[in-house]
Amino acid sequence: MIKASSLAAEQASYSVNIPAGDYWMHVVKAGEIFRILDLEGNQAVDTLFYSAADPAERYSATDTIREQGNVYLTAGTKLLSSEGNVLMEIVADTCGRHDTLGGACAAESNTVRYSLAKKCMHSCRDSWLLAIAEQDTFSMSKRDFTHNINFFMNVPVTAAGGLTFEDGISEAGKYVEMLAHMDTIVMISNCPQLNNPCNAYNPTPVEVLIWDAL
Amino acid sequence: MQLTDENLIYSESFPGGAHWSMRMRAGNALRLVDIEGGANVAMLMINPENMLEKYNMPDTLKGQHTFKLTQGNTLFSDMGRAMCSIVEDSFGWHDTATGTCNRRVVEAKWGQSNYQDARNEYLRNGRDSFLIELGKYGLGKRDLAANLNFFTRVEVDDNGNLVWGKNQSKAGDAITLRFEMDAIVIMHTCPHPLNPATAYPRRPIRYEIRDLPVPAMDDECRLARPESERAFENTRLYHQVKGGRS
Repeated sequence: MIKASSLAAEQASYSVNIPAGDYWMHVVKAGEIFRILDLEGNQAVDTLFYSAADPAERYSATDTIREQGNVYLTAGTKLLSSEGNVLMEIVADTCGRHDTLGGACAAESNTVRYSLAKKCMHSCRDSWLLAIAEQDTFSMSKRDFTHNINFFMNVPVTAAGGLTFEDGISEAGKYVEMLAHMDTIVMISNCPQLNNPCNAYNPTPVEVLIWDAL
Repeated sequence: MQLTDENLIYSESFPGGAHWSMRMRAGNALRLVDIEGGANVAMLMINPENMLEKYNMPDTLKGQHTFKLTQGNTLFSDMGRAMCSIVEDSFGWHDTATGTCNRRVVEAKWGQSNYQDARNEYLRNGRDSFLIELGKYGLGKRDLAANLNFFTRVEVDDNGNLVWGKNQSKAGDAITLRFEMDAIVIMHTCPHPLNPATAYPRRPIRYEIRDLPVPAMDDECRLARPESERAFENTRLYHQVKGGRS
């Protein structure tokens, strides 16, 4: 569902540019509004969410899609935790559809999906591994990697049970905005994948903005 | 695939609404049979040598461009290896995207129940079942991941809505998983969270452990897709390096 935001970028209390292939890890406080802005279009943003109070409670893709009865995420979607609580709620979305079935690329999955020779290409799980190593105050390990959201990524499921990776439906300037229902650790890999259309074969930067709680 | 008395190692009838776990070895097959129809077998798989390596739903689905699982599909780990392959399936559409029931879901759909009143007939839920079995290996909440739901068909319409399949599993439906590497299998038979039954569906299964030959180079699952073949190759490399000269 397309729903524009009334928030002005000038009023944001925080903004940062995440270059293609980099990570970003940050605590978004309860009540804050968090926006991801696709600066150049068709950029997949692989994102994980954790309760800051207890990171063992984290985003659950399966609970989220089952409880809303739909595989796509958009305005109105509540991002549910593994404990059935709401971490964040999508309150604005000018793209209209986001994926949570496609997971994140890794060196190992590149060998399966493309070829052995793609093993040494940069990947989202590499970015997350570097994130948890550098941001060690969160005390996370690979154990904490679960199934993520791919904002702006288009992965249609067919009635016959197929799943395909299609050209993105996002474009420059489109955004998705979430209201935090609890203090939430957000970990983004701005996807460096070059082998499928998820980034239009050209990974580009995104911007993150945060507005204070009303 | 040959199912014979000779390759049957073990067989057990297993009640609905229950949980168990076991270690499968490379070359073992786990055959699940729905005894009465309408069963659900929820499952997680973990490499006992590196318990950070697990069955991975997104890698399995996107690697084979599928939302459903059936004969010919291979279940991939997050490390790019073929963990097991589906060498027999009479049902045709197994779910892996919609998770498992937790206490909240079971109470909302089928009512409150506890051991004090119901003894061992109490209504177990899938999440607690997984946590109990994971705990036996020192694992817990942080190790939960998207599970398999064998014998449950969840479809998706053109708008992305989840649809409970009209044709669910029948009595006698069976699926056989051939393990390509060792795995800890964590399983339960609590109902699927989308099951519309008005009473808690407690459906028994039988599971068989079999010993199967090493898959040939032209094995159906191995050659089903180039991605599957590369995952089988990754598993072969893993075993060869472990095994030394051969």
